[in-house]
This record gives sequence, structure tokens and C-alpha cells, in this order.
Amino acid sequence: MIAADMESDDVRDLYRELILDHARSPRHFGKLERTTHSAEGINPLCGDKLKLYLDVDSADTILAAAFEGSGCAISVASASLLTDAIVGLDAAQAIRYFDAVTSHLRGDAEVQEHLPVDLGKLRALEGVRDYPSRVKCATLAWHALHSALCHDTTPATTE
Amino acid sequence: MTQAQQHRSTPASVAECRDDFPALHQDINNHPIAYLDSAASAQVPAIVIETIADYERHDHANVHRGVYTLSHRATDAYEGARDQLCKFINANNRSEVVFTSGTTESINLVAQSFCRPQLGANDKILITHLEHHANIVPWQLVCEQTGAELVVAPVNDRGELEIERLYELMTDEVRILAIAHVSNALGTTNPVHDIVREAHSRNIPVLIDGAQGVPHMAIDVQALNCDFYAFSGHKMFGPTGTGVLYGKEALLDAMPPYQGGGDMILEVSFSGTTFNELPYKFEAGTPNISGIIGLGAAATYLESVGMPRIAEWENELLDYMTGRLEKIDGIRLIGTAADKASVQSFLLDDIHPHDLGTILDHQGVAIRTGHHCAMPVMEFFGVPGTARASLAFYNNRADIDQLVDALEKAREIFA
Repeated sequence: MIAADMESDDVRDLYRELILDHARSPRHFGKLERTTHSAEGINPLCGDKLKLYLDVDSADTILAAAFEGSGCAISVASASLLTDAIVGLDAAQAIRYFDAVTSHLRGDAEVQEHLPVDLGKLRALEGVRDYPSRVKCATLAWHALHSALCHDTTPATTE
Repeated sequence: MTQAQQHRSTPASVAECRDDFPALHQDINNHPIAYLDSAASAQVPAIVIETIADYERHDHANVHRGVYTLSHRATDAYEGARDQLCKFINANNRSEVVFTSGTTESINLVAQSFCRPQLGANDKILITHLEHHANIVPWQLVCEQTGAELVVAPVNDRGELEIERLYELMTDEVRILAIAHVSNALGTTNPVHDIVREAHSRNIPVLIDGAQGVPHMAIDVQALNCDFYAFSGHKMFGPTGTGVLYGKEALLDAMPPYQGGGDMILEVSFSGTTFNELPYKFEAGTPNISGIIGLGAAATYLESVGMPRIAEWENELLDYMTGRLEKIDGIRLIGTAADKASVQSFLLDDIHPHDLGTILDHQGVAIRTGHHCAMPVMEFFGVPGTARASLAFYNNRADIDQLVDALEKAREIFA
């Protein structure tokens, strides 16, 4: 029984309250009034599918972000946290965020020592590092962000 | 070979066979493993593992080629497996048993070698809404190549074929009906005897995708009277990368080769090639010798347990599983056909199937989550995917109790 209880604590490290909250009530869910950049993210393993919308001004600042789609709790929470995190950044900073988040969640040790940004709330996603098959769920929205900012027209996948 | 051919005493109860499967004797995340994903890939009994290891240790050589002792032994074991499989499905003769890499290759072989040469723009291929992608995409490819049309018979909201609609769609233009014996996503067992009879009365040949049929019930291809029956080794407790295409001899004989290469020829010159006889015409290149020998051992093992007893035990377990699942608050069972085998798909509250899969893994329970390579089925039920628990004869009620407890835990976490 003790072992079993430890396990459920363990899995709660993945499904932290912040993650469950964002999965239940995703922020910035829907379309934007003005969209300058957008990209689709597809995770063929899970069937997670989302579309990310950005409003970027002429100075390259992200004025607003929103997303639509469906997926598991991890992918929805990650997209929701992303839209919270990147508003106000310029495109170059957002790409640095992409690098930091994806390498952190993959458990890429070298990069982790020199994270270019403070991940803040995004650290709540780090439970996925123990679940190789779920890292893709957590990084999907971030790959879509990269595609959108780089004007890549093919849907982002985590493959 | 030696060990596989040893007669195995029949266990007192089918559930005791669990002891034959080494992988089922371990803990996962500090819980005893409850393996409920046999529809994706079944575990392998020790006799299959030992048979393969014996072959690799003592008899490894290429088949149908050497004049030395090892090659004779390898050939005898490989061809012995053909005899075992021939008996297992009650084929009329061993040349009707073509070894492939699995159901997918078996179906592609029929699509390209049997259908493609005779298809034109006015022809149709008939499948159903229940099919696995492996029984959809090969037909789409051959339709693109020939201009033929793919016609899909509908299902009802219990996941059963609408049989009368299927019969109505059996028109003069249909060149083949390709249909699952058992649906991998929903567990629906199709009335294939009746369907074959009806199709034949309209001169339509029938291919049965038996990937999910073979592990769960005795298969008699002569009684079924189907023209082709395709199945995989790893769904029937054998190795991955092995499979069988059964075909009626007259049909196979008339078909051109599917792939060219060694072993499928009698004589090769630059002016032309004479092809080998059946079934070698369809087995180009060095086959998966050790895998096929292991598959033969799996077939013999299943016969020693007894397919009718396996079917009986699994039906009892499926009833127990369905009964326990339907009592869980917030569960939605997907696929509630009257005649089913082994599989229950479901959704729990609004928890995404992948989240369920991860939480269940934490409690030692292995299930499949996602679209199960049957996206049209998921679309029909309006869901992106499901959680699916599937049974084999080595499962028991404790596995199902563990599943139910783990689902309750998932509800707590997502409450």
C-alpha cells in the first residue's frame, strides 16, 4: 500500500494542480480579432491537434496569442501556458523561449544549465520528463509557435 | 522443432496458461502487470522464445538453398511451420499458406497481385466502416492506380455492420469484398460465414482480415469458404514481423508474383524468368526464418491449449470486464455489438485517453489509447480516440479488477 501511495504522488507530479487547472479552463482559447501569424500543430500519436494564432506588430512584438483545438490535458495546459507566457515578448525572445522550454522538457542537460529565460510557471510541465511518450504532448504548442513565427506553412509535428 | 513439437499436457484451466508467459511475471511501477493490450500485440509464451533460441543456437542457415546439414534443418523447421499453420487454419493444402511479414503485407499482396491486374475505372472494391487502416489504405492505393472506386458499408451506433446495406452494396461491379473478422477498435465479430455465402452468390470473392480473429477463436478457412484470409503472428502469441496469407490455390496460382527476388524463381535469364511454384512464388528473398519457426510453435501451443476453450474463457472474461466497466460513474462504452470478442473501448468523463493511459500505467495497467489505426471508426463515434482494454486467454479477473481500481484513481486525480 505504501508503494501504491507513493505512485499516485508520483503521477500527481505530472498532473499538478496548475496543469489540471489550465487543462480544465484553458486561457486564450479561441480566435483573435487580428491574426498576423498562425500555425497548426499535430501529434499523430495522440491525435492532439491545435491551431495557434498570434498578433505581431511591425516592431515584432507579440501583442496577443490564442489557440484552438483538442488534445490531452498536458498538450492543452501547455498551449494555455504558452499563450500566457509569450504576450509582450518580441519574436526573437519567443524563439529563445521555444528553445528553452523544448530542451528543458526533453531533459537536455547541457542546455538546461544555460537556460536563456526564466521558465516561471512553465516549470509545472517538467513532470513529463519522466514520460518519454508524453514529452511530445507538452512541446506541441511550442513547435507550432516556432512554425508560426518562422512562417512555416506545413503543420508542426513533434515527430 | 524439437521443443515445439513436444506434446504439451493440457492445463486444468485456461487461466493457468499465464504461467507460460514470462513477461507477465513482473511488476510495473511497483504493481503486478495487468497487460490489457493484446489486441495491439500479444505476449509470447516461453515455448516460442525457446524454439527461436534453439533454432538460432543450433540450426541457423538459409532455407531452400544449401546442401549441408544446417540448411536442411532450417528448411525442415521452416516448412514444418507451414504444415503447423496449414493445420491450424485447416487449409486444404500447404501451398495455400504464404508467409508474409504480417496482415498488412498479406492484404497489400492481394490488392496488388489479385486485384490490380483486373481492375478498371468501372470497378468497385467493397470494404466496411469498421476496418483497420491496413484494410483501407491498400485498397485506396489500388483504386488510385486503376481508377476503381472504394465503397464503404456502414455500421450502426452499437458498432455492428448494417448487414442489409452491405448486401445491397454487393453489386455487379464489385471485384472483391475485404472485411474484418473482428474489429480491432470495437471488438465487433462480423458474421463472416453468412457474408461469404452472400458474396459468393453474387460472384464476389472475399478477403477476411483475420488479425483479430485468429487469436480468439478456432479458424477453419475451408468451412468459412473465404478466398483469402490474412493474419499476423504477433497477435497470436508469435513473433512480430511474421504473418500469413491464406488463399485458395486456384486463385493464388493464377496471380502474378508480388515481389521479385531470390527463392521465388525456377530459372532466371536476361531473356526472361520462370517463377517458382506455390507458395514460393510469393516469398521473394530470404524470409524471416526464425520468426516463422516461432510462429509455428505458437500455432502448436494454441492448439494444445485448445481454441474453443480459449474462446469460452475469453467470453467469460469479456462479460466480467464489460459488467465492471459499465458500473463506473462517467464511463461511456464505445462498441456494444451483440457479438464481440476480447475488446472494450471506452471513454471516462472528459479525461483524454492519453491521460488515462499514463495514469493507468502508473498502476501497472497497460491499455491502448488513441485511434487504434481506425480513424474512420473514431470519426463515426465523434471522438478523437478511445481507451481500449483488450483480453487474451492469459488474463484473469484480477487484471480487470486492477483496471477498474486504476480508473477510479484517474477519476480522483481529475475530480
